[in-house]
Amino acid sequence: MTRTAIQLAVAVTVAFAGLTAQAQPIRIGELNSYKTFPAFLEPYRKGMELAQAEINAAGGVNGRPIEVISRDDNGTPGDAVRVAEELLAREKVSMLMGTFASNVGLAVADLARQRKVLFLAAEPLTDKIVWDQGNKYTFRLRASTFMQTAMLVPEAAKLGKKRWAIVYPNYEYGQSATAAFKKQMLFRQSGGLEFVEQAVPLGKIDAGPVVQALIDAQPDAIFSSLFGPDLARFVREGQLRGLFKDRPVFNLLGGEPEYLDPLKDEAPAGWYVTGYPWYAIEAPAHKRFRDAYQAKFNDYPRLGSVVGYSAVKAAAAALAKAKSTDSEKLVAAMRNLDVDTPFGKVTFRAIDHQSTMGAYVGRTAVKDGKGVMVDWKYADGKDYQPDDDVVRKMRPKE
Amino acid sequence: MLTIASVAIQLLNGLASASALFLVSAGLTLIFGVTRVVNFAHGSLYMLGAYIAYSAGAFLMASLGRGPLAFWTAVVVAALAVALIGALIEALLLKRLYDAPELLQLTATFGVVLIVRDAALALWGPEDLLGPRAPGLDGAITLLGRAIPQYDLFLVAVGPVVLVLLTWLVTRTRFGVLVRAASENRVLTAALGIDQARLYTAVFALGAFLAGLAGALQLPREPANLGMDLAIIADAFVVTVVGGLGSIPGAFLAAVIIALTKALCIALGTVDVLGTAIAFPKLTLVSEFVVMAIVLALRPQGLLGTPPAVPVTTPLPEQRALVVAPGVRDAWIAVAGVILVALVPLLRDDYAAVLATDILIATLFAASLQFLIGTGGMTSFGHAAYFGVGAYAAALADRAGWPFGVALAVAPVAAWAAALLFGWFCVRLAGVYLAMLTLAFAQITWSIAFQWDAVTGGSNGIVGVWPPDLVAGRKTFHAITAVAVVAALLGLYALMRSPFGRALRATRDSALRAAAIGIDVRATQWRGFAVAGAFAGLAGGLFAFSKGSISPETLAIPRSVDALVMVLLGGLNALFGPLLGAAAFTWLQDTLARSSEYWRAMVGAGILVLVLAFPNGLGGALARITRRRAG
Repeated sequence: MTRTAIQLAVAVTVAFAGLTAQAQPIRIGELNSYKTFPAFLEPYRKGMELAQAEINAAGGVNGRPIEVISRDDNGTPGDAVRVAEELLAREKVSMLMGTFASNVGLAVADLARQRKVLFLAAEPLTDKIVWDQGNKYTFRLRASTFMQTAMLVPEAAKLGKKRWAIVYPNYEYGQSATAAFKKQMLFRQSGGLEFVEQAVPLGKIDAGPVVQALIDAQPDAIFSSLFGPDLARFVREGQLRGLFKDRPVFNLLGGEPEYLDPLKDEAPAGWYVTGYPWYAIEAPAHKRFRDAYQAKFNDYPRLGSVVGYSAVKAAAAALAKAKSTDSEKLVAAMRNLDVDTPFGKVTFRAIDHQSTMGAYVGRTAVKDGKGVMVDWKYADGKDYQPDDDVVRKMRPKE
Repeated sequence: MLTIASVAIQLLNGLASASALFLVSAGLTLIFGVTRVVNFAHGSLYMLGAYIAYSAGAFLMASLGRGPLAFWTAVVVAALAVALIGALIEALLLKRLYDAPELLQLTATFGVVLIVRDAALALWGPEDLLGPRAPGLDGAITLLGRAIPQYDLFLVAVGPVVLVLLTWLVTRTRFGVLVRAASENRVLTAALGIDQARLYTAVFALGAFLAGLAGALQLPREPANLGMDLAIIADAFVVTVVGGLGSIPGAFLAAVIIALTKALCIALGTVDVLGTAIAFPKLTLVSEFVVMAIVLALRPQGLLGTPPAVPVTTPLPEQRALVVAPGVRDAWIAVAGVILVALVPLLRDDYAAVLATDILIATLFAASLQFLIGTGGMTSFGHAAYFGVGAYAAALADRAGWPFGVALAVAPVAAWAAALLFGWFCVRLAGVYLAMLTLAFAQITWSIAFQWDAVTGGSNGIVGVWPPDLVAGRKTFHAITAVAVVAALLGLYALMRSPFGRALRATRDSALRAAAIGIDVRATQWRGFAVAGAFAGLAGGLFAFSKGSISPETLAIPRSVDALVMVLLGGLNALFGPLLGAAAFTWLQDTLARSSEYWRAMVGAGILVLVLAFPNGLGGALARITRRRAG
């Protein structure tokens, strides 16, 4: 009797010990500029939370729950590298993910190369992170500046306009969007193209003079990569001064709820944009995500929510495929990894570590006093890539 | 493409933009003129004006309808509310700091900036809030064949009206007499029995009112957003200095000049000059700082400022600690402290090494600034320039394939050269004007790093700047940093004790007497400026290799502010002040960022607590304790 009791006790202890060993969560280190770009990143954080909760409710990964440990990188590469080091050295995370601005993303990517650890860049749009400055350990989720520009170019080229005004925030993202647009337009539309440019300091657009200068330049059409407060000021001033009258306007990211919603009933109508019409996408994968998100947070998803959600899903998928937290195995798993996201299945390309996550392309309209996207379609990221040879040439040898 | 009509319209646009800038700067210049506080939080007051106007507008429009009454009431409510906030900041915080070293007030207002930012995020959320257009002024009229928003014309009028009202207030009322008296000589004003406490609070409230008004009036043009504070504060500083500190008409003139310069840059577009295409719109990043550098070089007291008759500042007793050369004992205590920090990682994990490396680099950076301010008597608001030049030089040398040791050695040399160049102009000025000129040069350097893609990597910067594998480990690199920092600090202390250091202190205490005993004042200050730059550059070089990458933020304004905050938290006069300040600031940021969502506000509150508890810095407090023990 006592023996049985002891045996039972031992069995229970062993079982519990096994359970606790199993319950040791897999740690994912996340860092982002939460205080610098809160409009995008607060929904992003919620997206991550939802994904983590779903994954753990379904039993976690490889029998272990996952735990996302989040840090604020203060919007600077220096601080980002420091918190990344903290996540690696102190929190012993299995991989890094996150970042927003290009310079921060590139700095962390380089740290990942130095420390030989997987880095999943969730949001930075810079082409360089997978091409010119790409490295073995870095993968990127969001559709890049090049890809999103490529999604708008077919429509732009169709219009046959000669004289384009380009307005962009004067840093990596705006500069490469402008360069990509010019290059792709020149490639598609032969002869007679002219470009006038206005580079504005990020967050400090002098909207009156900029709009006036664009009017005086008498362009046939406009390509903009403005977002946030700059976009709002540009729209208001442009409408008052009649810049957009009879001129087609293309605005990268302009349909993202983060930047379209604040404009309310003053949202421009008929612009060609990339964005995220969350209210209209009824594909089952998206509907499931949207319902769960609204049930959990009592708020609608923004694009940031999708990015945060999908990034955690991608991390979990890589951990599951690698069946390990070893960096080299994770990197191997990330190549050609398929991930189910609210936008459907995406694949991380082996050739340049870019995912095929796409974006929604459409026109803006105002409905019930709110800016919306209409006539939209999903542009699959895999269809908006340069030729493989070109990509190979850009990427440094490993 | 550029016609007379289009230029005329662009000038009009410039005038509309000038109004907001003038209102903010007028408040800043008033506050500085009377209280001598460089109010870093003035941009935050402007931002609060916009947010409060948004909320008040929404509330009033719900009850009064969407007419002009609700809109203009909201504007007035916002301005008054911000005036009240300003009065509270002055009465509860700054009032306690008037006897402290001048720069401490700047540090305190920096704490306020951090708190206001997080408070706005908590109260109004992360999304930009686009306010209503002004009822009755929401259309456009046609002028020279171009549509001009009515509201812009209204703003063009607001500037001069406020200028006239303020001028009347200052020249024709009793309040104005007091303001002018206090601006000229506050000691004498107090001696005449004027209640300074109430005057200061009133002036601060008036300045805040103007900032709040500017924010509220900006709402029809720009959504209320969390970037408004920093977007305007640097411009407002520039306007204040270009116009002449304390001069309201000067602020107006400067605001107009700067806004017009920007509008013209935008109007010019890309122009071929001698075969090279120059994109003038890109210059808007830096145009105001170029204007400031030119004005200060030609007219050191600003356009309409009056040159100070006699050097006004006599060092307070507490500030005299470094009048004598630092004692050998003090130097050893300071070095022992640094070595202690250097040993911390032996006890803990690898991250402790990373954090300690950051602290040591910050210590050296802060020590170089402390040398410039404390020993040299020259305040710099742009010390990041030399840190950044050092970092870029090291990174570029590394890119060029130079060995690690050589690349690191290039950093102080490059920074020294940059400081030599900028210092030549700076040492011709004194006080806040000197500080603002250093800021201008720092911003110009920043914009070169930001725009010169081919060399500096533009906004992305340069990545892949790692030390060789042999020393790249976290603890190994920390050890190297520790050795370099200790050696540099010993060198700096030796320099302070050298004849050169004594001569430099003499120029600080009395330029006249120093000249009389045969010291070449300007040459000595110039050398001091360059030396401080070199030490900052070494810190920058270490920084580049510790992070593996650098980008323009290495030489941006926040880094200069960080250095100032660290020096003042540590204490201007204690030799181990930089270490204490750097450790407290870095550790505070690191710990709080991890433990709380509103960590910025916590850091701000931490700074306020330290400033109020230790007005002479942590080092000052420590020195007093040790002195009491000894004595």
